[in-house]
Amino acid sequence: MAFTLGFHIILASLGVALPALMLIANYRGLRRDDADALKLARRWSKAVAVTFAVGAVTGTVLSFEFGLLWPAFTGRFGQVFGVLFAIEGIFFFLEAIFIAIYIFGWERLSPWTHFWTGVPVVITGLGGAFSVVAVNSWMNQPQGYSPATGDVTSVEPLKVIFNPAVPYEVPHMILAAYLVTGFLVASIYAVGMLRGRRDRIHRLGLLIPLTVACIATPIQFAVGDTAARAIAKDQPVKFAAMECVQRTSTHVTEYLGGRCTSTGVKGGIGIPGFDSFLVGWSTSTQVVGLDSVPPDERPPANTMLHWAFDTMVGICTVLIGLALWLGIGWWRKRDFPQSRWFLRATAVSGVAAVIALECGWIVTEVGRQPWIVYNVMRTSDAVTNASGVWVTFGVVVALYAVLGAALITTLLAMSRRWRSADEEGVVVPYGPESGPPPDVPTGAVR
Amino acid sequence: MTKADAVAVVLWIGVTMYAIFAGADFGAGLWSLLSGSGDRGRRPRELIDWAIGPVWEANHVWLIFALVVLWTGFSSTFEAVFSTLFIPLSLAALGIVLRGAGFAFHHNARRARGRALAERLFGLASVLTPFFLGTVVGSVAGGRVPVGNAAGDPVTSWLNPLSLVIGALFLSTGAYLSAVFLVSDARRAAAPDLERYFGTRAIVSAVVTGALATIGLFALRRDARFVFDGLTSDGLPLVILSALCGIAVLVLIHRRARRGARVLAAGAVASVVWGWGIAQRPYLLPQKLTIADGAAPSATLTSVLVVFGVAVVVVLPALGLLFALAQRSVIEETSGPPPPPPEEGMGARS
Repeated sequence: MAFTLGFHIILASLGVALPALMLIANYRGLRRDDADALKLARRWSKAVAVTFAVGAVTGTVLSFEFGLLWPAFTGRFGQVFGVLFAIEGIFFFLEAIFIAIYIFGWERLSPWTHFWTGVPVVITGLGGAFSVVAVNSWMNQPQGYSPATGDVTSVEPLKVIFNPAVPYEVPHMILAAYLVTGFLVASIYAVGMLRGRRDRIHRLGLLIPLTVACIATPIQFAVGDTAARAIAKDQPVKFAAMECVQRTSTHVTEYLGGRCTSTGVKGGIGIPGFDSFLVGWSTSTQVVGLDSVPPDERPPANTMLHWAFDTMVGICTVLIGLALWLGIGWWRKRDFPQSRWFLRATAVSGVAAVIALECGWIVTEVGRQPWIVYNVMRTSDAVTNASGVWVTFGVVVALYAVLGAALITTLLAMSRRWRSADEEGVVVPYGPESGPPPDVPTGAVR
Repeated sequence: MTKADAVAVVLWIGVTMYAIFAGADFGAGLWSLLSGSGDRGRRPRELIDWAIGPVWEANHVWLIFALVVLWTGFSSTFEAVFSTLFIPLSLAALGIVLRGAGFAFHHNARRARGRALAERLFGLASVLTPFFLGTVVGSVAGGRVPVGNAAGDPVTSWLNPLSLVIGALFLSTGAYLSAVFLVSDARRAAAPDLERYFGTRAIVSAVVTGALATIGLFALRRDARFVFDGLTSDGLPLVILSALCGIAVLVLIHRRARRGARVLAAGAVASVVWGWGIAQRPYLLPQKLTIADGAAPSATLTSVLVVFGVAVVVVLPALGLLFALAQRSVIEETSGPPPPPPEEGMGARS
């Protein structure tokens, strides 16, 4: 399930944020009568459709997995967190409907009406992200049900929905979605420009998503910092594992990199007292260590966890540098920096952002282990008793490999088709549909 | 009616919607698979693509809806069903993944080979999911799913005559529904040859479905006495209604009536689903777990009902808008033009 979620999280991020990029392009196209921006909006809307369709499939599979892999978890707590998924269901439903209307309405609705049918897509994306991430937050900070052990007999839905981890986990994830999508889309156009395609479409296609991502990144840094401090308070063991803090103490050294051992971090760069400072703005702050709980309640794979956390923070820091670069360039010349190095950095930023996203996912999920519901239910107690879980899991992995490959080839095929269409100079949104319909001749191109 | 019963009704609404809309979708996949390879099946397949293109994602959301209501309102039932019947449910999920992938990608596959492969996948997947979901229903009705984490037999719980018959029944029901729907779609696309093509198929699949339903009744009598007794007492009016709807559809199609067939076909399916629900009362898992015993705490049930109320107010109008636009062909996939005008010697009776 961790694997499927790791895959789904990318698609879900695209599903949340890509419609926003599409609408920004659409808005600009209509406001400034910019045909290129409209063309971009139209292309992105098709990418939205494909990623949403695949995201819907992975989402359906995830809802199966709640039963196929974690029946005991869902059997006991489904009645507690399920309402959030019910709410998510509404958002998801509306998103599907409005995406369909938006995509198929390009030529049939008046331009501004059409623009407004896209707005619900963005809003429902945010709402859906809230509901789903709130479930994960609840797993980190469970509350709102009783009794503490055995069958749940009473539930307080509002306490479940607005659990203490929501205020930092939800914004962190939504910003991550915008950040990842922005850098990912920008990186595609940066690669195109590096290959010499410097037309206006590519410039706009780079600038719109990159601006969104660059605005999101510094905010994300601050939100993430707040989240880390909150985790030090709410889930001290997870925090200790992220930072490899073995013993509860003050004046704790912050290590970058290194290998976690039971006697402390080996290798890595140490900044004395900085970890304590980060937690409580003073080097004399006490940081809870892994020794506060028995060994069987500590997260596994400590070194990996520590590296995942450091990688995420490191990538975010570097991306802020990229944002500054863009900001300075824009301030001085009203344009993004023209150097190839800027384009190269942007081209890498997409993959980097995805890695940061996955690292964040590892930190929050592995860091919570061995609990599936923090301090309440162990993952090993949640899993299905059916044999053959590994077979199911293997099949799922294989399927996702196929799905991922197919998704990428499809998006590539779409972009190739657009490029050849560019060279012919056809397809103006809201104009009469000239040229061949985009989906025809089998084997005609190339 | 208690709150738990109300949530059970909500669940059943989801199941009914899924049975009708996704059933028709899956059936279309089956027809696409049976239409033959290459040029022979090209026109029926084009019609199928054109007909289910714009709305297909929305249809599958009903399944997620039903699952979420089940695990929220009746968590222990969800646990019992999914852990015991993990084999058929995994295969059903496999079908959903393959189908989604096949459908999404065949629009974009550029080479004929890729396209044919995607179509094949789409068709095959459309068989897997309804069949195995049917076996799951058969297992539940047959009382083979005990409460608990994987407490039932992983194989015999679904590999038995009753489950297999119900699986086949699901398959043929989907085929029947979609053939009826496609007749109307063919008329909208002004393709009389395809109208005849799917008319024939609607009649054949209706007869097969009727036969399977009869066999299913016998299997129920032997294997699931409780549900059988329910179907032949409290549920009997609905069973009869379903049969009448089915016959009326055949008459309408035979007379090539312009309207009514789709609604009646959907009605035939809906009345069977509700007949089953009534026959199972008051059990979620027949003779093992009742609705009252398996229900979530009161506050959760209230939330589910509130959310459902909001959904009715918000989602249904939007969904109606989408269907209305799709039906009026106001919005059409630009990449999928209606099938070309009929060509001589193709489709009609191939």
